[in-house]
Formats: sequence, C-alpha cells, structure tokens
Amino acid sequence: MAEHIVASTPVVADPTPFTLPETQRRVLRWTLYVGYAALTAGIFHGLAQALSYAGIDILGYFPALRSYYQGLTAHGVANAIIFTFSFANAFLPLMVARALSRRLDDRLLWASFGTLVLGNLLVIYAVVTNKASVLYTSYAPLQAHWTYYVGLVFVVISTWLALLNMLLTWRGWKRENPGVRMPLLAHISIVSYVMWFLASLPIAVEFLFFLIPWSFGWVERTDPLLTRTLFWFTGHAIVYAWLLPAYVSWYALVPRQAGGKVISDSLTRLVFILFLLLSIPTGFHHQYTDPGIHEGFKFVHAILTFGVFFPSLITAFSVMASLEMGGRAHGGRGLLGWIPKLPWGDPSLSAQLLAMITFVFGGITGLINASFTMNQVIHNTTWVPGHFHMTVGSAVAMTFMGVAYWMVPYLTGRKLWGRKVALASNWIYTIGVLIFARGMASAGLEGMPRRTFLVQAPYMDPDWLVGRILTGVGGTLMFVGIALFFVVIVMTIWKGKAGEAPKDIPWSETLIEPAKNGWATRLDRIGFWVIVAIILIVIAYGPFFLSYLPPNYVSPGFRIY
Amino acid sequence: MKVHTYERAFMILGGVLLVLCMAALVYATVALGIHLPGRAGEIEPAKVFTTPPFDNPGVHQTGPNQYDVVIIGQAWRFHPSEIRVPVGAELNFIATTFDVIHGFHIEGTRVNMMLIPGQISRLTYRFREPGEYLIICHEYCGAGHHNMYGKIIVE
Repeated sequence: MAEHIVASTPVVADPTPFTLPETQRRVLRWTLYVGYAALTAGIFHGLAQALSYAGIDILGYFPALRSYYQGLTAHGVANAIIFTFSFANAFLPLMVARALSRRLDDRLLWASFGTLVLGNLLVIYAVVTNKASVLYTSYAPLQAHWTYYVGLVFVVISTWLALLNMLLTWRGWKRENPGVRMPLLAHISIVSYVMWFLASLPIAVEFLFFLIPWSFGWVERTDPLLTRTLFWFTGHAIVYAWLLPAYVSWYALVPRQAGGKVISDSLTRLVFILFLLLSIPTGFHHQYTDPGIHEGFKFVHAILTFGVFFPSLITAFSVMASLEMGGRAHGGRGLLGWIPKLPWGDPSLSAQLLAMITFVFGGITGLINASFTMNQVIHNTTWVPGHFHMTVGSAVAMTFMGVAYWMVPYLTGRKLWGRKVALASNWIYTIGVLIFARGMASAGLEGMPRRTFLVQAPYMDPDWLVGRILTGVGGTLMFVGIALFFVVIVMTIWKGKAGEAPKDIPWSETLIEPAKNGWATRLDRIGFWVIVAIILIVIAYGPFFLSYLPPNYVSPGFRIY
Repeated sequence: MKVHTYERAFMILGGVLLVLCMAALVYATVALGIHLPGRAGEIEPAKVFTTPPFDNPGVHQTGPNQYDVVIIGQAWRFHPSEIRVPVGAELNFIATTFDVIHGFHIEGTRVNMMLIPGQISRLTYRFREPGEYLIICHEYCGAGHHNMYGKIIVE
C-alpha cells in the first residue's frame, strides 16, 4: 500500500487511516437503523400480499389494518422509499468522508437525520390512520391527507441535505488538495446523489405545486395525467437512485471483500456519469399504455431506456472481472473454478454475490418491460412486481443487507453476531425471491393483475394456479430471510462483542489506475455533466410539456379507501 | 482510457445487442403495426355519461366487420361489464373514466390501457380466437378495486 501513499492521485480512497468522530458515527448509525426498521416493518404486509395471491387471507390477523390497500401502501413506502433512502443517507456520506479522510458537517448531518425522522412520523401517522391508502405512487385523483405528501417531501429534503453535506466535504477537500483528482469512491458516491437530486425535482414540483395545495383544499381540482407524468419523470430515475449505492459497493468495496481489485478507475467513473445522463429521460416507459402522450414521445424514451441498460452491461463485466481476480487469488482454476473459491462464508460478500445473480434476471425482465410491444402484454400484471423484486427487492435490498454486515459493526464497534444466521438469511431470501418472482412473472404473463386483493376478487383464472402457489411459497421464504436479518442486526447492536469490529471500510485498490491527464479526467467535472443531463432531459420531455401545458385541472379529490 | 480487450469486445457486443433490440421494436411498430395508445382527445370526467360517444357505451358497428367498443370505467365497475364481439372483426376500443384512474386489460391480449380522468384512450385489436376473456381493472382504484372486472365474449 506504500506506493499509494506517495501517489499524488489517491486511488479509491485516501489510504491514510481515518475514523469518523463518534458523534458523527452515532447519527449515521441511527439513520441506518431507521432504514432497517422500515424494511422489517414493511415485510409483514409483503407476506400478506404473497399469501393473498396464493389464496390465503391472513389480513384477519392484522387487527389494526383497515384494508389490504392500506397495508400495500405501507409496504411500498416503507420498503421502497424509507428503507432505501435511509440507507443511502447513511452510506453515501460515510463513503465520501472515508474516501477523502475528512469529517462531515455536523449540523447538516443532524438536519438530514431530523428531516428524515420528521418525514417518517408524518407518513406513519397518515398511513396508520388510513388517511393515505393511495399506494406509494400517489396517483391523483385518489387523494391522501396532507401529512402524507408533506412527510414524503421531508424525506426527500433529507436526501438533499445528505447531498449538500457530501458536496461541502468535497469542496473543503478540494481547497486543501488543489490539482489532485478526487478519489474514485468519493466521485461515484457524489454522482449517485447528484443524479438523484436532479431526478427528484419533478416529484418536488408534483407535490409542492399540485398535490399539497390540493390536499389542503386550497385548489379544488388537479390534473391526473400531468401529476402522473411528473411522478414517472422522477419515478424511473428513483430506481437508479436505489441501485447506485449498491453499485458503489459492488465496484469499490466488493472487490476487496472478494480478494480482487477495481478493474478500471476511468471506466467506473464513466459508468456513473452515464447513469447521471441517462437515468432520468426514460420515464415514459412506465406510461406506454397511457392516453394523452404521443406515441413518438414514448418511442424516444424507449430508445433511451435501452441506452441506460448499457452502463449496467459494463458493470456486469467489470464487477465479474473483479470477482474472478479474487477467486483466482484464492486458488481458483479453470474457466469457472474461481467461483466456488470466492469467500462465500463472509455473509457480507455472499449477500452481494447472490444479489448480483438475481439481478441478471431482473435486468432481462427489465428489457422486456422497456420493449413497448411486449410491455402491452405485461403492464400492471404481477409480471412487474416479479421483475422489481429481482431488482430493488434483491439486487438493492440484499446489497444493503450485505453492507450492514460490516457497516453496523464498523459504526457500533461491535462484532457481527451470528455469522451463520446471516448466511442462512442470505440463502433463504435468495431462494425465496427466485421462487416468488418466477410465480409472479409466469402468472403475470397470463394476465394476473398486480396491486389487487386477489383472494377476495370475484374472478379467477385457473391458468394462474401454479404461479399463485409459487408466489405464496417464495414470499414466505422471503419473509423468513428478512426476519433472520433483523435478528442478526438487533443482536449485533445488543450483544455483539465490543471491540472486535472492522476498523476501516473494505475499500479496494484499482488494477488500472486513475488517468493523470486526457479526457478521462473530465469525468470529475460533475457540474458540466449535470448540464449535459439537463439538455438530454429537455430533449426527452420538452416536446410533451410544450404540447400539453397548461394543466388540465379536471379532477376533484377522491378518498374512496 | 485504457480498456481491457475482453471488456472492449463485451461492450461492443452489448451495444450491438441493444441496437438489434431497438431495431426489432421499430420493425414491430412499422411493419407489424403494433401501436400504443396516444393522444386521442380530452373529455370532462364529470360529464362523461352525457358526452358522445360515452353517452351510449357498448358495441356499435361502424363498417363491414368494423366496430367501436365504447367503455366507461367507474369505481368499481365497467360500463358495460359484459361485451359480445365477432371473431376477426376490427375492434376500436374507446374508453375513459368517470372518477379515478382505472386499468383496462383483456387478459392474454395486448389490449392494455390506462383510463385517466380527462383523457380518452384508444386502441385497435382483432381477436383471432373465439372464447370468453376476463377484462380486469389492473390499477388500484380504491377499497373495492378487486371487484372491478368484466367479460368479453368473442364468437
């Protein structure tokens, strides 16, 4: 490692030993706990949903619940929004602080945590009292209580404050290190949340200018198509905001855990810049079957959606190559002999390896969603949740769980409790999600609808039977997997051996080091790439808004839940 | 930028694969005529039941072997909830909603549209096989969402 200390360009992270002050670790820890608590809270209704598809109604055992759809709202908000952003709010700033060996800003850290908690309290109030059973997509003219929309706005503000904290830390570092390239880990962590900031602006407009005034009664009517379009303007990029922190771990940390190296510094930075450019102008592929949007606009988004698949293809190769290096360093031989030699006994690595395997199927099913001819067959069927439980529901969720297995010990100073329980959790969840997704996808191809309390529906198609059974079986295993994860985390915090925790994050070295000159150094000019991203967004969305506006205020609010 | 030879080959191969997928999409749209719903007109949701053609929902012949199928979604039913159409005929589905967002999906087909307040949804389709198909509202539309379905009988 000595040669890196003298190098003028830090490799992945600043190699000087660095530990965040305990006061800051405490805030990051609690931010993380909010996320893992949300994950656990959300899976109870996940189980109820999977069993409902299998023909078993357990909602009677949820006495506080007014309806299936109230629970479905809780499941979506807790697992897809609160869990993911709480994790990212803790993980990304920690990565930047460590990469730059620099402490974060205390006030912003507290402000980010405070707004996250405040947002959560408002959303929990609205959902628990059945005043917001509108699902996480919040499609108008179904109308929720204002606390729901305002709560979600606070959650988004907490992510902006986390980004601001990273940017200020970076600026401070830059002043003290003129002419030195930003370390890779800081670059990709910051780009991840810069992308999300840009992506979050349309939903901010939707909530602040349309849904919130409407839920207060300040305006009587709203525009369902426009608000829905603003939602998906953010709503596809949001999945990349969930995915990119997982990619940060796969690129910069997993190679170290596997015994390999980051293959190429420049290529990694390029991948994240491509996500910044291409994640956002793709939202219409969620609206292929919508009226009111010209087919040509949808086609442009289809092309760009195929484009955003490209950086994921590069990732597949790069990360796999890092793993192969690791497997061979552990003595693996032959074409595939390196795979069993990977340190599968490390629960943090095994969770992320299994996440990657599942993600292959998630990616392929995603291409089918993007192909609009096929999308018409599967839109809003259970195929879609089948797909996204293999992306956000495993690639992302399992990576965030895998990271917990080193990050919770790192932040608490306690050794991971129950390594074998953690390993079992990884495998049970993976097998569960694959069975579940197979069931959802196959029945979805036969038309089984998503977001539906099927066990009480008056219609049924016998062709769905096998898919329904697989959904129930897989969903139950997924529940068991997460429950075990929760036990491991709680026991680590409570009973983990003090003092035996990792002292540093598992950052990797690079095989092909950062460029010292040439165009690749321009990948660090994030402000410039933001401008390019905005130009692409204007090209992709401008024609729709120009031809559609002004808003078509036609719908009063409906609270029929 | 230095890129490993295998990785470069993989990137080119991946890029070519994506371009081929896009070409297939263009072919399906242009040559096979598989179209998405587009911009087909606006309507005041509250006045749906009195605005033509929705003042008379159902199946109407418009030409030889050509029919308009006019449908309204309302929480939690379709008007009409049972439709009979001839096999092989060109069916122009024209649909909208009276209240919240609904879905309109004939299972096993690509007749799959969102019904959004204020907008008119249109799609053309021909059934090749006679039979009875479920029409499912596949977008959450309130407490009774799972009760919202219909039937289309192709004969």
